[in-house]
Amino acid sequence: MIWNPNKECMSRDEMSALQGKRLHKIVEYVYHNVPFYRHKLQEMDLTPDDIRTIDDIVKLPFTTKKDLRDNYPFGLQAAPQSEIIRIHASSGTTGNPTIVGYTRKDIGVWSECMARCLTAYGVGREDIFSVSYGYGLFTGGLGAHNGVEMVGASVVPASTGNTEKHAKLIRDLGITGIACTPSYALYLAETMEQMGITKDQIKLRVGAFGAEPWTEKMRDEIQERLGLKGFNLYGLSEIMGPSVSYECQMQHGSHINEDHFYPEIINPVTLEPLPKGQSGELVFTTLTKEGMPVLRYRTRDLCSLMPGDCDCGRTSVRMSPITGRSDDMLIIRGINVFPSQVESVVLSMKEFAPRYLLVVDRINNLDTLEVQVELRQEYFTATFDTPAAIDDLKRRLVDKLRSVLSINAKVQLKAPNAIERSQGKSVRVIDNRKLK
Amino acid sequence: MTVNQLSIFLENRAGTLTKVLDLFKEAGILIIASSIADTAQYGLLRIICTDPQRAYHELERSGVAVALSDVFAIELDERPGQIAEIVRGLSEAQIGIVYMYSFFIRGKGLLIIRADKTEEARDVILRSSLRCVPEKELIDWQ
Repeated sequence: MIWNPNKECMSRDEMSALQGKRLHKIVEYVYHNVPFYRHKLQEMDLTPDDIRTIDDIVKLPFTTKKDLRDNYPFGLQAAPQSEIIRIHASSGTTGNPTIVGYTRKDIGVWSECMARCLTAYGVGREDIFSVSYGYGLFTGGLGAHNGVEMVGASVVPASTGNTEKHAKLIRDLGITGIACTPSYALYLAETMEQMGITKDQIKLRVGAFGAEPWTEKMRDEIQERLGLKGFNLYGLSEIMGPSVSYECQMQHGSHINEDHFYPEIINPVTLEPLPKGQSGELVFTTLTKEGMPVLRYRTRDLCSLMPGDCDCGRTSVRMSPITGRSDDMLIIRGINVFPSQVESVVLSMKEFAPRYLLVVDRINNLDTLEVQVELRQEYFTATFDTPAAIDDLKRRLVDKLRSVLSINAKVQLKAPNAIERSQGKSVRVIDNRKLK
Repeated sequence: MTVNQLSIFLENRAGTLTKVLDLFKEAGILIIASSIADTAQYGLLRIICTDPQRAYHELERSGVAVALSDVFAIELDERPGQIAEIVRGLSEAQIGIVYMYSFFIRGKGLLIIRADKTEEARDVILRSSLRCVPEKELIDWQ
């Protein structure tokens, strides 16, 4: 099933024409409403009239996460505040989160894009669908939620946590679809097995999995253990949230909603655009966004755009699975974590040396984050001669990390100089997760 | 009236305690009393020794997380009830004991106490029948 064949199955020429028209319009819009972009274009001696076709996109400047940070909180917002009806926030690289405001029209486009994803997965009005991404500042929960309502299925806003109750609901309500991270799906399967819930007692048949990279092997395991068909769901809050791209029944690459999000692949070092089939950094331009449109946003995700047509009938371009990052961002339980965020917290507490190590692992299918910090000798005074005082110091660090990272980290206190120094570039992250 | 105690942060790893004790050995400093407050993740080693200042500098120079804190070292002999007397006195004066440990050998002992109100605890001990060992006596306290 296809939600919007008019857009999803457009001829390539029509699509290019539409993208060109929309690109011109969005450039004109940001030129007049976002000083940041106006200055950038003026510096490059460009006006909106220089952007006529979609191929002109290569003339435009890139936008980076740093630009979002430098313009915190509303510097890149194009619409007046009175038009913004929702604000989400995702991880920034340090201190400040990335703020994204949506107009009523943006929420409508988002729901439409999400409805296209769900329809491609085979979700319809008869389904009972549980959204098990976190509801809140993270775009996952509410983003998927709106789409499920749009297609008319019954949405169960399960969110995250309380897995046993969720498993019971899946069985008792006959829930047929679920959106969550792939690692949570495996954790759910394990919980069900421990509770004695078997595959034939549940009716799950569709899974929308995203917010973290996963592999074909994980897909096989999830499909086998939960008895469903698992589909990739890709998105990022800087562009919209979940629904930027989605797999169809072919499960071979994710179709990009390219009438709204125009993709490019570039060489992350030279910034030169790369042809289809070649792997590089994924870049998106929002073609219709009103709240916070971005031009050529560097996602830092590495993948390729796949050449050739898909057997499902959609003509939209597909992206390959994400193979890595061109920066040091980690994805832990679906949440983006930058080592620099941890650094800013550690540096803010004088009791710790400005040195740390992140140890990421996956235990029972759930990601864990351990932050190792060194006590600083000159601040280890008589105040700290009881475990209560040391534990209190540790708790302060845990609390600060939670408020900055939005996930719980375990803190491991180390003696001064106990964290191994490496030759040359310091190793700040040990990722023991094995994506099989 | 108080003496300097060394508090040393130890990770729960084989060899961390040995490293610290070797430093005392090499410096020729005698450990008179010690205790370890253990937690799942780390230990806190507390030491009363013959030359706490020198031990502190040696440990610090070797990069150990070490702190000096003021504790009472109360002399004990063979009469039962001495520890009870001190503890009752502190409790009646509403003074909390942060931690304490003791050691006793051949008729002679030491009770180490850290109180949450040092000044008030001093008065309680002065009023008691017991005596605090001053730090200068620790050098040949055996």
